[in-house]
Amino acid sequence: MDSERGVIEVTGLTVRFGGVTSLDGMTVTFAAGTCGLIGPNGAGKTTFFNVLSGFVRPAAGSVLAFGDDLLAMVHFRRARWGVRRTFQTEQAIEDLTVFDNVAMVHEHAGLGSASRRQDVLDAIAFVGLEAGPAARVGTLAAGQRRLVEVARAVVGRPKLVLLDEPAAGLPDEETAHLGDVIRGIPEQTGGLTILVDHDMSLVSACCETTAVLDFGKLIASGPTAEVLRDERVVRAYLGTAELA
Amino acid sequence: MAGTAVRTARARPRPPLQKPGAGTLTRAAVVAVILLISLFALPELLSLYYVDAMTQVAVYAMVTLGLGLLVGRVGLVSLGQVAVLAIGAWTAARLLFATTLPYPVVLLAAGVVTMALGTLIGLPALRLRGLYLALITLMLAGAITVVLATANFPNGGHGFLGYDASSVHIPPIRRPSIAASDPAYFRYSVIVAALMFLLAGVHIKTRPGRAWAAIRQSEPAALAAGINVTLYKLWAFALASFITGVAGGVLAGAVHYLYSIGFPTQDSITLLAVVLMGGAYSLWGAVVAALLLQLLPAGLHNWGVSADWLTILFGLGVLQVLTTAPGGLADQVPKDLARLGRLLRRHLPSGAGG
Repeated sequence: MDSERGVIEVTGLTVRFGGVTSLDGMTVTFAAGTCGLIGPNGAGKTTFFNVLSGFVRPAAGSVLAFGDDLLAMVHFRRARWGVRRTFQTEQAIEDLTVFDNVAMVHEHAGLGSASRRQDVLDAIAFVGLEAGPAARVGTLAAGQRRLVEVARAVVGRPKLVLLDEPAAGLPDEETAHLGDVIRGIPEQTGGLTILVDHDMSLVSACCETTAVLDFGKLIASGPTAEVLRDERVVRAYLGTAELA
Repeated sequence: MAGTAVRTARARPRPPLQKPGAGTLTRAAVVAVILLISLFALPELLSLYYVDAMTQVAVYAMVTLGLGLLVGRVGLVSLGQVAVLAIGAWTAARLLFATTLPYPVVLLAAGVVTMALGTLIGLPALRLRGLYLALITLMLAGAITVVLATANFPNGGHGFLGYDASSVHIPPIRRPSIAASDPAYFRYSVIVAALMFLLAGVHIKTRPGRAWAAIRQSEPAALAAGINVTLYKLWAFALASFITGVAGGVLAGAVHYLYSIGFPTQDSITLLAVVLMGGAYSLWGAVVAALLLQLLPAGLHNWGVSADWLTILFGLGVLQVLTTAPGGLADQVPKDLARLGRLLRRHLPSGAGG
């Protein structure tokens, strides 16, 4: 199983928007399971996800995913290769049912139609959605929509799942449920998950390893507990206050 | 034995997803009743004046269907659809004069030619959205109108353009032999329109419809889901142009004579207005829009009221839709009727309702 998980090797990744350097020579390896990626607002976390999704073209650097050159792929082809993501502002498609939201990813990711129905229902069951598969997403509450997005991200055993602040704005009990779901993703998909979130308890609970960005630079990476104690991280993230 | 196996497979319990719900059956029944009334009752009940007006409704229902697909399903605003309709009408007229091809083949050819040209008009959509796309399509439509004014519609002449300025006796554009009379041609138009609605409906319910819904809400989300946004946007333009081209073909036979002044550029703006009023998010909206666009002016004309008033009415209608009823009439009227029903039930004596 572990050999299948592989690694994401990021080398010297640099992104500039006009005069602003959003990612500055980011070099990091995401090894296996669920990895955290944290940092203050504007540190470059979402930009990094946008590079992996193909929405942003980096000025320099490379991303090797399981040995494949990810940056060489056209953006919409990356879902077929196995990249999935959720968005900071949730993007479940309102006009479609829960089933169609998830099936849409399945059918465009080049997965066979024979297993589609079952795969989609599995993904919906996996995230523990209260609403039925026939419910229209536009009628669902925010927390439920987040779960639809996560179901879209895990359907059909993707290789790389990117979660961009999935817990933002959720009440505590929904965050706890989401944490359970995220912890189950490695087993469900067999792939690698990168979790960006500001909720440190969620990151601690879900991620074995964590990387920290600040002003586009990687300032720490390693086992989550150690990283969160790192003095530079505490300073970057919380100013001079202590990490609770 | 094979039959038993099939039956067992079908009998397997399924989640409620694929069972046609009561709503689906009701909708199918309503469609069937409306179609039957249109095909059998309307031509008998209406005067020839209104039969002709209803033929125009059938034609323009296809045009509003195409624009509704673009605006409502994919979020692409085109202000060039009347020019696209003109391309379909021109192609059909040229083929009808030059060949003895069966009418359905001509319609298909008009659809395909228009699809190719309409997709070219849609190319800017790959880079532009909203106001800028609207502006560019309007300019392209204007250009097509200018070309048409120079080339003219075929009138039985020779050569590629098929136009002979010196013709005195211009032959009418032919109709299918089974639908030569006005009521018969109305029925023919309704059937063609129904087929186009079916084509659009199948698209919406399947893979392209899901992709369009994603693109309309969020292109990043669509890309992340693996949707080839470029392909599906062009597909939308291709489908809308095909349907509009077929409508042009039906229009050619309906009116017998085509003139370039019949396709003014500004009509595309009115078209967008009625599509928004009717409801860009539903197929019914296209029918409502066509009724507003063709039946209403015919009625007003018949009652001696100037149809120019409609510009004001449509303006107010769009304002109302944009501020209070984004789903258009097709969405709002059933809701309002249901509300009225509830209100009546509450205030009438208990025997009046359940």
